[in-house]
Amino acid sequence: MRFDSLLESVGGTPLVGLPTLSPSADVRLWAKLEDRNPTGSIKDRAALAMLVQGEKEGLLRHGCTILEPTSGNTGISLAMVAKQRGYRLVCVMPENTSVERRQLLGMWGAEIVTSPAAGGSNEAVRVAKALAEEHPDWVMLYQYGNPANALAHYEGTGPEILADLPTVTHFVGGLGTTGTLMGVGRFFRERKPEVRIVAAEPRYGELVYGLRNLGEGFVPELYDETLIDARFSVGPRDAVRRTRELLETEGIFAGISTGAILHAALAQAARSVAAGERADIALVVCDGGWKYLSTGAYEGTIDEAEERLEGQLWA
Amino acid sequence: MAVEVRIPTILRTYTDGAKTVDGSGETLSALIDDLESRHGGIKGRLLEDGDLRRFINVYVNDEDVRFTGGMDTPVTDGDTVVVLPAVAGG
Repeated sequence: MRFDSLLESVGGTPLVGLPTLSPSADVRLWAKLEDRNPTGSIKDRAALAMLVQGEKEGLLRHGCTILEPTSGNTGISLAMVAKQRGYRLVCVMPENTSVERRQLLGMWGAEIVTSPAAGGSNEAVRVAKALAEEHPDWVMLYQYGNPANALAHYEGTGPEILADLPTVTHFVGGLGTTGTLMGVGRFFRERKPEVRIVAAEPRYGELVYGLRNLGEGFVPELYDETLIDARFSVGPRDAVRRTRELLETEGIFAGISTGAILHAALAQAARSVAAGERADIALVVCDGGWKYLSTGAYEGTIDEAEERLEGQLWA
Repeated sequence: MAVEVRIPTILRTYTDGAKTVDGSGETLSALIDDLESRHGGIKGRLLEDGDLRRFINVYVNDEDVRFTGGMDTPVTDGDTVVVLPAVAGG
């Protein structure tokens, strides 16, 4: 495949079968390998779409500063695109994120403002909003509320899955900004409404939920619960266990959030088997495992890995 | 056997600091009434006009109750109910 530039190659990722993890010939799992994007994660789709939209709307001009709250992957994707287009990027990132994410951001020239670990991404959003007020000339693309984030999946991820797997019955994706699920969900609601949309949401340690009061909770502006059909909360233990299972049985070296998605996909597969239904379940591999090696998720016992992830934003 | 309910840090003022409490009831609605009888005030922090508050998520055996019948979601002895504030990902 030939492209005019790296940015042209975003999307169009492979969908591969998981023959060992699939419970039967009638209930099959398929993995959408989003780690094959230029910076190695699904966020390349949203980052490129938000940036292009910002340029179209005249928000972004050469030399301007982009600001974004991010736990990592969106920032890394934005950094790669921003560098090429001549924008300065400031990322607000919680301190409890892996060291590799910081290294990658620095490599593409992004500046990092660190937000406190307690409160997780909620705090990053709060700090970024305060910075935006101090610097009215900076442009916050704001992945949690930018329709271009979901649109990238409505126009890309969803149609790609339907083209490769016309018999698809379920889509399982991770719930963070909600962009993937909203875009793919809306696409299938319009084009093949019988497809069930399943969300896998990471459940972190208590530190991350350390809000001062419930009024400080956060639901992304993009989120529309009518576009999904089930939502599972997956803790670090199950996520790590499934991440390792994916590596051992199918050879796929994925990040920890993919383990959470696989856990929800396998729960769905078990339900389909119990109900005697045929199912083709497409799930997202959000990124590869490279950025999480330092977390220790891939070595030692599950107990040790779970302990090391306590308090970390692992998805 | 009872239903195990996991309480988030910010609501432990109602449970004398306990991380988990036992409850009973055949639906989430009945379970919350049962909790209120021993941990007065907690219901008002979870619900508004009879439904879950916007920034409160409740999971029965790891599944979000908003997609399993809401307040009518069935619960049985041995189930685990997790209460969490809504936080950002990404």
